[in-house]
Amino acid sequence: MNPLLEVTGLDVDFDGRAAVRDVCLTLERGEVLGLVGESGSGKSATALAILGLLPGNAAVRGSVRLDGSELVGAGERELTRIRGSRVAMVFQDPLSAFTPVYRIGDQIAEAVRAHRDVPREQARSRAVELLDLVGIPEPALRARAFPHEFSGGMRQRAMIAMAMAAEPDLILADEPTTALDVTIQAQILDVLRAAQRATGAAVLLVSHDLGVIAGLADRVAVMREGRVVEQGTATEVFDRPRAPYTRQLLAAVPRIDTPRRPRPATGEPVLTVRGLTRTFPVHTGTVVRRRSGTVYAVDGVDLDVRRGETLALVGESGSGKSTTLFELLELTAPEGGSVELFGQRLGTLGRAEARALRRRIQIVFQDPMASLDPRMPVGDIIAEPLRAQGADRAVIARRVPALLAQVGLEPAHADRFPHEFSGGQRQRVGIARALSVEPELLVLDEPLSALDVSVQAEVLELLRRLKEELGLAYLLVSHDLAVVRNIADRVSVVYLGRTVEAGPVDEVFARPRHPYTQALLSAVPVPDPTRERHRTRILLPGDPPSPTRRYDGCRFRARCPLQADLTVDERKRCAHEVPEFEGDGAACHFARAREVL
Amino acid sequence: MTTDTRTPETVAAPSGRSTLVLRRFARNRSALAGAVVLVLLFVLAFAGPYLTPWSYSHVDYGALRSAPSAEHWWGTNRIGQDVFAQTVRGLQKSLVIGLLVAVLATGLASLVGACAGYFGGWTDRLAMFFVDLLLVFPSFLVIAIVSPRLRSAGWIAFVGLLTVFAWMITARVVRSMTLSLKEREFVRAARYMGVGPFRIIWRHVLPNVASFLIIDATIQVGGAVMSETALSYFGFGVQPPDVSLGTLIASGTGAAVTYPWMFFFAAGLLVVFVLAVNLVGDGLRDALDPTAKGAAR
Ligand code: SF4
Repeated sequence: MNPLLEVTGLDVDFDGRAAVRDVCLTLERGEVLGLVGESGSGKSATALAILGLLPGNAAVRGSVRLDGSELVGAGERELTRIRGSRVAMVFQDPLSAFTPVYRIGDQIAEAVRAHRDVPREQARSRAVELLDLVGIPEPALRARAFPHEFSGGMRQRAMIAMAMAAEPDLILADEPTTALDVTIQAQILDVLRAAQRATGAAVLLVSHDLGVIAGLADRVAVMREGRVVEQGTATEVFDRPRAPYTRQLLAAVPRIDTPRRPRPATGEPVLTVRGLTRTFPVHTGTVVRRRSGTVYAVDGVDLDVRRGETLALVGESGSGKSTTLFELLELTAPEGGSVELFGQRLGTLGRAEARALRRRIQIVFQDPMASLDPRMPVGDIIAEPLRAQGADRAVIARRVPALLAQVGLEPAHADRFPHEFSGGQRQRVGIARALSVEPELLVLDEPLSALDVSVQAEVLELLRRLKEELGLAYLLVSHDLAVVRNIADRVSVVYLGRTVEAGPVDEVFARPRHPYTQALLSAVPVPDPTRERHRTRILLPGDPPSPTRRYDGCRFRARCPLQADLTVDERKRCAHEVPEFEGDGAACHFARAREVL
Repeated sequence: MTTDTRTPETVAAPSGRSTLVLRRFARNRSALAGAVVLVLLFVLAFAGPYLTPWSYSHVDYGALRSAPSAEHWWGTNRIGQDVFAQTVRGLQKSLVIGLLVAVLATGLASLVGACAGYFGGWTDRLAMFFVDLLLVFPSFLVIAIVSPRLRSAGWIAFVGLLTVFAWMITARVVRSMTLSLKEREFVRAARYMGVGPFRIIWRHVLPNVASFLIIDATIQVGGAVMSETALSYFGFGVQPPDVSLGTLIASGTGAAVTYPWMFFFAAGLLVVFVLAVNLVGDGLRDALDPTAKGAAR
């Protein structure tokens, strides 16, 4: 029997520019093939070409055979039929895959009916069944919801349900978990695995995340610059990579399970935060605006950073970590709690003092494209903090080339504009800008998350080197625990605006004590198929609860995996008594260390 | 990537944005051509009156509606006034009024709009209230009431009046663009680096709305010349015997077919003027936008 999908000699050009070259892939029935590569490697273009979904400016050559029938050059009619019944898709952004004005249940029922000629009622009940299968609570009720009423994770589940509705032979998943938090990612990957088992479909999984691929794929194809550089079973590719690029990639990817001894810092404290809170009002009504609620964005965050130390602030989206940063950087009195920067308490400073403090604390943003003014040459961008501090021209003219050289850029490129640099180079510009005024504390807001793995490794190395050379302290905000493990000395975990655990990075990672930290760590995929498949994952149920509510007792209660093992009295304690957090430790009444890596 | 081994001191100081913009502008052929044409127009307008023995108001009874000749280069009009003298006089007025109104109105709009958008709160509410007020005011009525009193102040006051009624919509657009720019990370970055609000507006907000401002200003130039004409019709602004391109075109329109010289010289100059302004505007826009196609560094 011929394979389900056979791609031979596939070439894709965009406006004459080569995007994919000579790609050959085969996919047997029921098999999971992982297609991995960095951005621009052509992995998405390949996937879209298989489905004939490329935009009009793309030219496709070669052959794509689905069960023996040729898809390249097939008519739009034919392709639509195949997409509806034999191949299903799961995209990165599920919002764009649903029509916003129809109910989720109806859209899934539609997909069911496209595949099988069943009466409307039956299709609808099948939709509810499918929603249940992908783990959506109260599926009958949820089927009546509109796409925007779903959270990101729920939408992705619904998308998988829709893919299953057609009972396809092939599910094509293009970066299905990239936009999601790790704990949600773990849930979705689980659902995807279940869906694959339930339908017996083959899966083509496209991802940049080696960990995700390692956990799911039977076979792996590594792409680079439009070509497949290596193909083999998952264990072969991960354990004995043959292509130099694969080896390089595997070496570059930061791993959560690399042991690294952080240096205990002994310097004086640079930043001390106690019980920081920040709320935002929620308004409703368009004509008469009323305050209808409060978002408790930050609700009890404690931080300690010492000179020369890196503290990582870890949490999922919506946990208030970015708000915490921005609160610090305003240099004004916090809404609640206290912030001490270099021994000075915020809120008691005069203008001149605040200005002097500005020099000592600088920030590097997440998205270097967004944080650099597109209309300014990088020389001016780097000089901006210097100018704000009133440095004179001669100093600026001397500092700018020196800074560019320090972050590994060509000093002569100061008169270029941001769009002329690559992502990694732009982030270097951002770092140079922050360093220009010789700060002592550098705040790094997800500095690597917009970058590719190999570029990440370079920037990580740069940050490490700068810290050594300049004796900087870093406050690193990140959702990527593997990065944290590789650079941080200490780590502080926040959940729903509150610090739940803190400690030296090796201790917290090896023996997490708070159940949330344990779940978080266990959700991070490792790029090692053997280990990845034998780890026990602590899957958290549901989504993080809404920050617009105040919670009695422990706010993690609704999702806490320990609850099941507790006695009634113990549960009562969780429900009524807020677990306190102090110093290093975990804010949990029943904290106990557990190895999860 | 390895660190550069050259000593940074050996590298020339990087050029700032203004130098880069100037350099890019100068490399843009058509923009440069536009600028040259503008300069030539100014030369014509201000040197022209000295080239001809006729003054713009002098009436030559011996030559009514005469075609262009050695005597009257561009002919004469209905009552025997020299068209060349009139046209250069009118050009003088229109050049100054058009450019000044465009620059002032766009400047005012960007200042008010950007401040309203950036500061928000009461600044915003006050500024927008004022803008809305001016928008609903019938501008012609106000000009009609005010302009007799300003007659003594001359055309500068007239420029002021035209400006006051030309900036509101632009200001509203700039405000909403500023609102979205304010949320951009690079503005936030500047704030956390301790850059003051007005500096942020000047260095980050305005350059990023520059494309719109420049297009707007170039449209304003033509608009100002034409609305000046409309006002002249109603007896305000430039009054006979004084002339502007607008009044010349208005009075010559009827004769465009029979006595073309009365109309086409004035109209042609206006077209050349507006075209030149557009070329300069486009060039400036491309020079300010580093991603613009075809603009070399
Ligand atoms: S305090 Fe109770 S609910 Fe909270 S994390 Fe600990 S065991 Fe779970």
